[in-house]
Amino acid sequence: MDKYRCTVCGYLYDPKKGDPDNDIEPGIEFSDLPDDWTCPLCGASKDQFEME
Amino acid sequence: MNKIEIKPGIYWVGGIDWHIQDFHGYKTHRGTTYNAYLIIDEKVVLVDTVKHYLYGEMLARIKEIIDPSKIDYVVSNHVEMDHSGSLPKILEEAPNATLITSVQGEKGLRRHYKRDWNFHVAQSGEELSIGKRTLVFVHVPMVHWPDSMVTYIPEENLLLPNDAFGQHIASAERFDDEIEWGVLKEATATYYANIVMPYGTQVGKALEALGGLDIDMIAPSHGIIWRSRIPDILAEYVKWANHETEARALIVYDTMWGSTERIAYALAEGLSEADVPVTVRSLKNTHISDVMTDLITSKLILIGSPTINNGMLPSMGGFLTYLKGLRPKDRLGFAFGSFGWGGQAAGEIEKFMKDMGWEVPIEYVNLKFVPDTEELGNVKSIGKELGKILG
Repeated sequence: MDKYRCTVCGYLYDPKKGDPDNDIEPGIEFSDLPDDWTCPLCGASKDQFEME
Repeated sequence: MNKIEIKPGIYWVGGIDWHIQDFHGYKTHRGTTYNAYLIIDEKVVLVDTVKHYLYGEMLARIKEIIDPSKIDYVVSNHVEMDHSGSLPKILEEAPNATLITSVQGEKGLRRHYKRDWNFHVAQSGEELSIGKRTLVFVHVPMVHWPDSMVTYIPEENLLLPNDAFGQHIASAERFDDEIEWGVLKEATATYYANIVMPYGTQVGKALEALGGLDIDMIAPSHGIIWRSRIPDILAEYVKWANHETEARALIVYDTMWGSTERIAYALAEGLSEADVPVTVRSLKNTHISDVMTDLITSKLILIGSPTINNGMLPSMGGFLTYLKGLRPKDRLGFAFGSFGWGGQAAGEIEKFMKDMGWEVPIEYVNLKFVPDTEELGNVKSIGKELGKILG
């Protein structure tokens, strides 16, 4: 399970933790997040994330 | 204390920090102000506060106008302590006030102050009627923290954008037409370069979101209030947000025994011969935050360090760490240095430039011990060549 980091604010999406602020359960791969998912900290879109 | 009314019924109640010279590592030669605004309507609103040690000044200014216990709403546009630092005390004076902030603002304020204040979390675009006027809250994440929010008052054409459009200037004057434009523009550029530059894309989005609004006054949280120079400063912000630069060169270096400095000056000579305006900054004398003021307008960046103990000088390491965080884009780079043995620094600087996504048209120069006349002649030629590439 790959982690992805927001290039805008530095937030790290860890699939093992999910994203509780956006109701994303643990275990969801970054690639499986909805297209309109945005960074829970700064609102950046998915294409502004890079794999760690 | 004189009342400072910026619009009928709207007052500046901030604090002037004449003495601050180091703002979390940013050299503030002119000091700064923390701007808070008091709006007297059917409801009384305080927008932002001041750094904790200027609370007394803010309170005195408020008391000139109204009994602080009558404040109904306190708006916290930004969590950072230079603006939120007086929240604990003012909310003691106004215990019935509601604290309005963004989603991330509430989280941040709770982490800072561990208080269970009477929070109201404003969604982006939310409107609040305070009588004759309306407050509109717009989230502008990462301009320059995740919590950042602006407050707009449509009836007054007044934007309270917190740190955006701010400058670190302590002065008796409050408005942009009361202070010399060159000073104001430079201070705004320095502020943008050191605080806002990494978030050009977000600034672009924020400018878009605010583009449709009628605005005749922009009252930021630091420094001077904009009323006569709004088109000028918006034009500058668009340029900075798009990383637009001028055909200028900036040479930044540090030196041990003078060799890297001689290379720096030979490069400067070559650039000058190619008619390129060039600025030369030594990290021994120039603070890294002042270098950023030159960097914001320069397309070509030349960086040099000698090698010490198999690496670059620590001053250069610190500068590059700072530069990396501020993420200037669309630059041409050139690295140089001198060495006795090992000689890693120049190559490390060139790698840094490439990692930043800068174009490096000419490979770095690295000279052993003390450069001779011929070598300096060649370096000068490189400067000239770079000047031609810059056009």
